[in-house]
Amino acid sequence: MSLQQSGIFHETYKEDMAIFQTPFIKFWMIGFFIFLAVFPWINKPFNSMFNTNTLYLMNLIGIYIIGAHGLNILTGFTGQISLGHGAFMGVGAYASAILTIKAGIPFWFALPMAGLITALVGMVFGIPSLRLKGLYLAIATMAAQFIIGYAMRNWSALTGGSTGLVVSSPTFFGIDMGTDRSYYYLVYTIVIATTLYTKNLTRTRPGRAFVAIRDRYLAAEVIGVNVWFYRILSFGISSFLVGIAGGLWAHYVLVVNDEAFGIWLSVQYLAMIIIGGMGSVLGAIYGAVFMTLLPIMLRIPEHALTQVYPGVFAIFQSLTEGVFGLIIILFLIFEPDGLAARWHTVKNYWKLWPFSY
Amino acid sequence: MWFFLQLLIQGLAIGSVYALVALGFVLIYKASSVINFAQGELLMVGAYICLALLTTYQVPFWAGFFLTMIFSVILALFIERLVLRPMIGEPAISIIMITIGLSLVLKSVVAAIWGTQIKVFPPIFPQVPVKVGEIVVSQVYIYTFGAAMVFLVLFALFFKYSRMGIAMRATANSNQVALSMGISVKKVFAISWCVAAVVSAVGGILIGNINGVNSTLAGVGLKVFPAVILGGLDSIPGAVLGGLIIGILENLSGGYLDQFFGGGVKEVAPFVVLVIILMIKPYGLFGTEEIERV
Repeated sequence: MSLQQSGIFHETYKEDMAIFQTPFIKFWMIGFFIFLAVFPWINKPFNSMFNTNTLYLMNLIGIYIIGAHGLNILTGFTGQISLGHGAFMGVGAYASAILTIKAGIPFWFALPMAGLITALVGMVFGIPSLRLKGLYLAIATMAAQFIIGYAMRNWSALTGGSTGLVVSSPTFFGIDMGTDRSYYYLVYTIVIATTLYTKNLTRTRPGRAFVAIRDRYLAAEVIGVNVWFYRILSFGISSFLVGIAGGLWAHYVLVVNDEAFGIWLSVQYLAMIIIGGMGSVLGAIYGAVFMTLLPIMLRIPEHALTQVYPGVFAIFQSLTEGVFGLIIILFLIFEPDGLAARWHTVKNYWKLWPFSY
Repeated sequence: MWFFLQLLIQGLAIGSVYALVALGFVLIYKASSVINFAQGELLMVGAYICLALLTTYQVPFWAGFFLTMIFSVILALFIERLVLRPMIGEPAISIIMITIGLSLVLKSVVAAIWGTQIKVFPPIFPQVPVKVGEIVVSQVYIYTFGAAMVFLVLFALFFKYSRMGIAMRATANSNQVALSMGISVKKVFAISWCVAAVVSAVGGILIGNINGVNSTLAGVGLKVFPAVILGGLDSIPGAVLGGLIIGILENLSGGYLDQFFGGGVKEVAPFVVLVIILMIKPYGLFGTEEIERV
């Protein structure tokens, strides 16, 4: 439960339900949006500071945020574990690539179509969820991961087999989307839209049904929630968002290959929402940012060590994955509620300071 | 016909190893309701340790084998104490993720020490292939099947007659009742991890003898999921039967369907079966059905 600042009294329900409740938050959110809007024009100093193309990084983060929102709806809100979201993202990427290359459909229409196709695939693989939950469902979605991966590799007529597909950079109503900057605006428009959508979803009838199913699905059924319908629906919405993320990814990286969508990506998505904080909209964002920046941050000690001991490079590369694993383990043991919960705790501490209660 | 029999025998040998690994998997699940995604990595670590002992340190096979077993036990105790003990009572997703994290750590440590190139075991079993009619079976398969069966029988006896085995079955049945009868549930958890690590290491050594050892060996752990789901997550005879069936099925589908689907059917067939089983019989052949009443 977050604490309100003193001196703020809500007089209407509308105020009480607002997303940005206090003038303080509104001020900072406006500041943040302005920063997001002008970032592509002022990113030069950041580039040299972090020694990488920060705009590219921001775009990747944005794409992963969309996907993480998707998984968060399924796992965080509805309580259904999915180990197949990496493959679902692949379905979205392939779908939008195939639609634009082979069917000649314009990008702006292919992207939502890719989302719908992914939603359909996700719902098909969500059918086992009607009878399964918890561990069994995790294994069923893991099977989806392997089956879809196999289809990507071997259905060569459609997917180009192991060589993959080469996508041309899209135009959006005549605007060239080939540059990092123009793509940034597209990605972040969708990021903001999906964030608001996810935030609002928790306040609608389906959103509350999801949470009820997560917490006590038998009780939910007793009070009249159609458990089967909402389980499949959450698979659909969730894979739709991941499919959109996949489509955006395909048209940004411009090469679609099955190797990018292995079980490793599914694990990364799960790690994002766990590290960020499951069932929290902000958590998915924190998690996506953290998991995308982590490899960059790991590069710093790697570079330093390579200069001292050149041979250490190969070992360090294989250890990077292990560091991911270690971070997941440490988070689960010491910070099981994720970064979002930690942020809350810190905030509340300062509100109450110097009194601890 | 001969082709079929040949595939069947090879499938049976591989399947017996799956059965062995599935046994470890089911043990951990039964005792502590933890699904262990790191089972394949435990198997890989075992295979690498044994390989290193045999080739780098020139230890005779039997000594190397027992040292590997001892190492597996220590590793399992270590993992159970440090990683799994704090997670008791946490939701399923946390436990799944923590074993996935564990598998990443084990995999990367192995890759850092031994690299990713494929390594071959020194010949342990006789090399001359056996011929029956038109079936040619390399002896490795026969020994693998034999060794896996010996271990399965040994563990069956252990569970049936030894004090610890009985305690483990009691704990699996109900943690609380076992506690009230004076069984140390913590000890049982630890020992079930030990047994799981040992059977995985044996499986790793056996499969490593057939295919060589590299990081893809951990993929065997994933094959175990269809096997245990088919048998039922919490049934020991189910794990054995499921392992054998998946091994045979995998080999047969590889032999007959590869020509239609352009290769690699072996990898995916068990998972297709898994989805079908989950839709028809979600608790497998022998798994206990969870009954929920309002």
